[in-house]
Amino acid sequence: MINQEFTLSIYSENHVGLLNQITTIFIRRHINIESLTTSESAIEGIHKFTIIVNTTREQVEKLRQQIDKRVDVIKAFVFTNDEVIHQEIALYKVPTEALLNSNEIERLVREYGARILEITSEYTVIEKTGHKFETQELFEKLDRFGVSQFVRSGRVAVTKLSKELLTNYLKKLDKEETILD
Amino acid sequence: METLTKETKQMEKRKTTRLSGSEAVIQSLLHEGVDLIFGYPGGAIMPIYDALYDYHEQLHHVLVRHEQGATHAAQGYARVTSKVGVCFVTSGPGATNAVTGIADAMIDSTPLVVISGQVTSPLLGTDAFQETDVVSITKPITKWNYQVTHAEEIPEAIAKAFYIARSGRPGPVVIDITKDAQFGQLDFSYSPIKHIRSYTPVPKVNPDNIEEAARLINLSKKPMALIGQGVILGKAEKELVAFLEKSGMPAAWTLLGLSALPSDHPQNVGMLGMHGHYGPNVKTNEADLIVAIGMRFDDRVTGDVNKYALNAKVVHLEIDPAEINKIIYADVPVLGDVKESLPLLTEKVTSNSHQEWLNEFNACYKIEHQKIINKEINPIKEKMTMGEVINKVSGVYNDDSIMVTDVGQQQMMAARYFKFKQSRSVVTSGGLGTMGFGIPAAIGAAMGQPDRPVCLFVGDGGFQMTIQELGTISQTKAPVKMVLLNNSFLGMVRQWQELFFDKRYASTELTNPDFQTIAKGYGISGEKVTARENLDEAIERMKQHQGAYLLEVAVEKEGNVFPMVQAGASVSDIRLE
Ligand SMILES: Cc1ncc(C[n+]2csc(CCOP(=O)(O)OP(=O)(O)O)c2C)c(N)n1
Repeated sequence: MINQEFTLSIYSENHVGLLNQITTIFIRRHINIESLTTSESAIEGIHKFTIIVNTTREQVEKLRQQIDKRVDVIKAFVFTNDEVIHQEIALYKVPTEALLNSNEIERLVREYGARILEITSEYTVIEKTGHKFETQELFEKLDRFGVSQFVRSGRVAVTKLSKELLTNYLKKLDKEETILD
Repeated sequence: METLTKETKQMEKRKTTRLSGSEAVIQSLLHEGVDLIFGYPGGAIMPIYDALYDYHEQLHHVLVRHEQGATHAAQGYARVTSKVGVCFVTSGPGATNAVTGIADAMIDSTPLVVISGQVTSPLLGTDAFQETDVVSITKPITKWNYQVTHAEEIPEAIAKAFYIARSGRPGPVVIDITKDAQFGQLDFSYSPIKHIRSYTPVPKVNPDNIEEAARLINLSKKPMALIGQGVILGKAEKELVAFLEKSGMPAAWTLLGLSALPSDHPQNVGMLGMHGHYGPNVKTNEADLIVAIGMRFDDRVTGDVNKYALNAKVVHLEIDPAEINKIIYADVPVLGDVKESLPLLTEKVTSNSHQEWLNEFNACYKIEHQKIINKEINPIKEKMTMGEVINKVSGVYNDDSIMVTDVGQQQMMAARYFKFKQSRSVVTSGGLGTMGFGIPAAIGAAMGQPDRPVCLFVGDGGFQMTIQELGTISQTKAPVKMVLLNNSFLGMVRQWQELFFDKRYASTELTNPDFQTIAKGYGISGEKVTARENLDEAIERMKQHQGAYLLEVAVEKEGNVFPMVQAGASVSDIRLE
């Protein structure tokens, strides 16, 4: 089986130490986390982790089962890239001098659909949202002008499905229809 | 704690009593029906011990000699009673000493609640005296854990702990309670927990899968059942026998599934795996159907998974969804409690006898008997063998005592040669293989089943890993019959060195103390047997003796456990010599 990128969407109770509970499962299986974000979900009191891994379908399924098994985890889902809409945000800090010396930076900002967040006499901060390869490409182009800081967030993702998996699951739980297989 | 506030508010409406956190711990345990605790005091848990002092008539405390002993004793107790084992340990070294037993309970699905004291909450994270981050340390080796920093959280945290420890696939839970929470005051009321939103302990059985499993069973010519501890944990022994007798299929067991099916049941074909029986191992690759019942395909059972069950479809009855397809692909997974799924399956399977197929196992047994078993239990050599001693002890106790083992050759021999009439009669460290498990686990087993004899088999290596628990035996008078099979070697490791490392015995030979003198020092009776002619009488004396006994038997130094499926080999390549 070949490695591919998967997005794990994990919904959990909002407890101290949950991140640790989840990451130990990756550590045990020696699977590297490519990116990780956590935030509140659309449902009050339920937390969402979005974790990206590069692995096989078989491995990711086993990971999902073991994450799901943790008592405080409500439900974990696995998606391939074409099943989700996903974005990352990147920030670039470049010298303002470089911005003023040519219009190349401004051109890049327009071309990549980025925007300038802040300009001071010393530095300028540019923001771009997109897929990793896009933010990376922009970095490589901007770096010719000397990027002094570059940071990219973890991936955030929503599913393309019209039915909401978690909401359905919670409804099922309420009705005690918990056939899991 | 946000998570507790909703419930805590509900509690406020109920009738409450003003208590200290420590007393709330004790009261909560009483509400959960606890009457026995294994533990060891220290600074950070002193308030709880102080509260316990007033309750010593309802809540018996066993003072062990090392916290590892507390956890193993609680495991022994839990395994023979099906109740939750409870431990008290102090912060820092007390908690870290408990780690081995907690890990053991996790991998062997044993329900434990370990309550650890913790430094006072303002000092958390400051490297305070005897502070360790117990919650982080035990996260991967607990089913659930939680740190309590306010007295008001105590009843609900403990209620959750017991619910999680014993429901579904059982496991250990650690509740770490800061000293200020123990000293704090709360309005106490207790209500057991029966539901947690994020947790489905017992998945519902899917009738379609039962249908499909039954269809495969009814089509199968050579089906084989693999029995795991799930049957015992689910109290489904009767349901198992009904299923086996109707379907007629041979049944083999994992180490932890031992005693779920009586030894003399005609369909009981023996142990699976590395030192299991010849038949069930080789026949795994001839079977056309494997029905796995509450077992998890440990690598000691499967050998090389790529050469395992090559001709078989697999039906997997399992309570834990994470076990499905983890090691062996299940053609038909049947999630749920086997207590529920087995009868549904039995109803759908057609009566069958599979006599010819069973005869094939019996033929294998004959070969094994001639090549191995007979030589082991009726040896012609001068030196006594482990199998011979174990076989005799089993017989003297009418094949009806609780067997506890340590880890190593003696463990495998005990599993092979001890016989059972009733379930919940085996306490052994399977998944973790923890040397030093034996003595404390036997203490816990004896306390859990005071009316049943408890026989411990232990090697001279493992005996010295928790030898201090002889002190616990002497203080509690736990009537543990200890059979020390002394080969002056770390036998199992020596066997591997002999077979796979050119007999290079690196650090496996032991210079041992005089174990009888040590036992005597602890006030424990015993004797050492060095000649076969004295063995029978010695076992009889051990049986007749009231209370604990150390029967030490000098067995051959370089005996080996066979058959053997070498690590990484296929079950088909099981070695008979
Ligand atoms: C805590 C621990 N350390 C090391 C081992 C590795 N180990 C497995 S069996 C064994 C030898 C056991 O020797 P002994 O207790 O004398 O029993 P025997 O094999 O001779 O019956 C060892 C060292 C282990 N299982 N547990």
